[in-house]
Amino acid sequence: MSLPPVDETKEPAAISGLPEAPSARPQSNEAPKSPAYRRYLKRQRRRTLFIQLSRLLLLAGLLALWEIAARLRWVDSMLTSKPSQIFSSFRELTVEGDLLKHTWTTGLEMLVGIALSMAAGTLIAILFWWSTYASKILEPYIVVLNALPKVALGPIFYIWLGDRYSIYGMAIAISIIVTIMMIESGFKELAKTKLKLMESFGATRLQMLKMVMLPASVPNFIATLKVNVGLTLVGVIMGEFLSSKAGLGYLIIYGGQVFQMNLVMVSVCMLALMSVVAYGVVNWIGNLLMKKYHYEG
Amino acid sequence: MGVPQIEMRDVGLSYFSPKHETEALRDIRLEVKAGEFISIVGPSGCGKSTLLSLVSGMLKPTRGEVLLMGERVNGVSPRVGYMLQHDHLFEWRDVLSNLLVGAEVRRIDKKKAKEKALYLLERYGLGGFAHHSPSQLSGGMRQRVALVRTLVAEPDILLLDEPFSALDFQTRLTLADDVHHIIKEQGKTAILVTHDIPEAITMADRVLVMSKRPSTFSASYDIVFDEGPDLTPWRKREAGRFQEYFNGIWKELDAHVASAG
Ligand SMILES: Nc1ncnc2c1ncn2[C@@H]1O[C@H](COP(=O)(O)OP(=O)(O)O)[C@@H](O)[C@H]1O
Ligand SMILES: [Mg+2]
Repeated sequence: MSLPPVDETKEPAAISGLPEAPSARPQSNEAPKSPAYRRYLKRQRRRTLFIQLSRLLLLAGLLALWEIAARLRWVDSMLTSKPSQIFSSFRELTVEGDLLKHTWTTGLEMLVGIALSMAAGTLIAILFWWSTYASKILEPYIVVLNALPKVALGPIFYIWLGDRYSIYGMAIAISIIVTIMMIESGFKELAKTKLKLMESFGATRLQMLKMVMLPASVPNFIATLKVNVGLTLVGVIMGEFLSSKAGLGYLIIYGGQVFQMNLVMVSVCMLALMSVVAYGVVNWIGNLLMKKYHYEG
Repeated sequence: MGVPQIEMRDVGLSYFSPKHETEALRDIRLEVKAGEFISIVGPSGCGKSTLLSLVSGMLKPTRGEVLLMGERVNGVSPRVGYMLQHDHLFEWRDVLSNLLVGAEVRRIDKKKAKEKALYLLERYGLGGFAHHSPSQLSGGMRQRVALVRTLVAEPDILLLDEPFSALDFQTRLTLADDVHHIIKEQGKTAILVTHDIPEAITMADRVLVMSKRPSTFSASYDIVFDEGPDLTPWRKREAGRFQEYFNGIWKELDAHVASAG
């Protein structure tokens, strides 16, 4: 005799003997929209459209001004380059040159740098929360390290880590301190307000960490990640300036040295594009996490 | 049955900070029998929450000792359920998984805890809200969820720190009846801290009044109604001796407040 297949994925809604909770979904049956509300929605939509259009126009206007200024020789295009030239050298560099390879190198370095400094920063912040002693002892060191211009460490990283890994050294050096400080200050705030209940149940530190500190830190993690992305990119480019033989930072320095403004401009544009993509990805991850942890309001 | 369930022997507690010392409690002597329900009233800031934290084991007394069932309190005991003044619902968990926080921490069987949580939710008129987020609940509903969360961990001793303060008057009276019924029915020992004198009188077998800081108990009233012991808190408000108790406690409290100003 064969039994009907059991749908394992279904939620165990009703526990035997207990009445099933009616799954109340607040916004399921939408009320009809009033004309005034519809007008309001239309106005809002038009506003958003207008803002986006203005942004595009501003960009187009600036590019046009740049192009015209260079063509009419208001400025020296040897020094400023011009959009059309940048575009054609972009095509050249992607098809014949290694622009994409260099972009990939920098992108990968940035990703690894972000992952490493977020992970290490979070671990250190957890250590500081776990042991008040450790945090008290290490506090002045953190403050000093934060104030120290990390670029000054460039030669040291180069000698210790070589031309490839020194870039990670620089990226982490620049972003980790702020990461630690932001996550730790979030933890401190939480410890003041959210742990009392856990204490009343006699929770261990590990339980507090897993059940409160980490999930409650999600908004703070996302804010930290946003800051971290910018700083890590600064570190990566700085590292490439100082020592590397590949990446957008290397291209920019190289282009400057051989006085090829086009190469410099193209690389800078690529870098800008990369920041935009990185920011978009972080935002997307942030929204996903916020939804997962019920923060959507 | 000689050993009281909760005993405080000459307990004192001072808060220390680098700048100063605050003596919150002094010479507290208290015995609570199993199944007894006591209320504590006192001016705000006199140390009522502090006293509950001592019983729960979250704070260690500076002087004297706190005993549960004749044993010295050493850390938080699973026999104690502490309903804090603030609801502390976690907004990253839905209502049901908020209810299971205590069970999770104390490693109580998940399935049993869940069953109990759903049953109690239903009973408090929150049946449809198991999978809502706490931010979708009203103040009164949140408070009820906090109460259920305390009960799910199955404590013998309940500590209630102004549990109804966030509620509107009507919900407050209904919930007081309900809580009183549950606690009496299950034979739990309870300490209720409140600002509300009628609430203190109608819920408890005994009302203790605290003086201002450094606080100690200045008076104790055994609450006995001629109408019988089985009145609900709601009915007690109309019982004969209610006004008498109220006036007595009011005067006692008034003396502390007046001498404070
Ligand atoms: N963690 C703390 N550190 C220092 N002082 C505290 C602390 N908690 C409470 N106090 C002080 O102890 C006294 C009693 O506080 P509390 O027990 O919260 O009073 P109540 O609950 O009766 O309003 C108050 O004067 C308060 O300022
Ligand atoms: Mg209090």
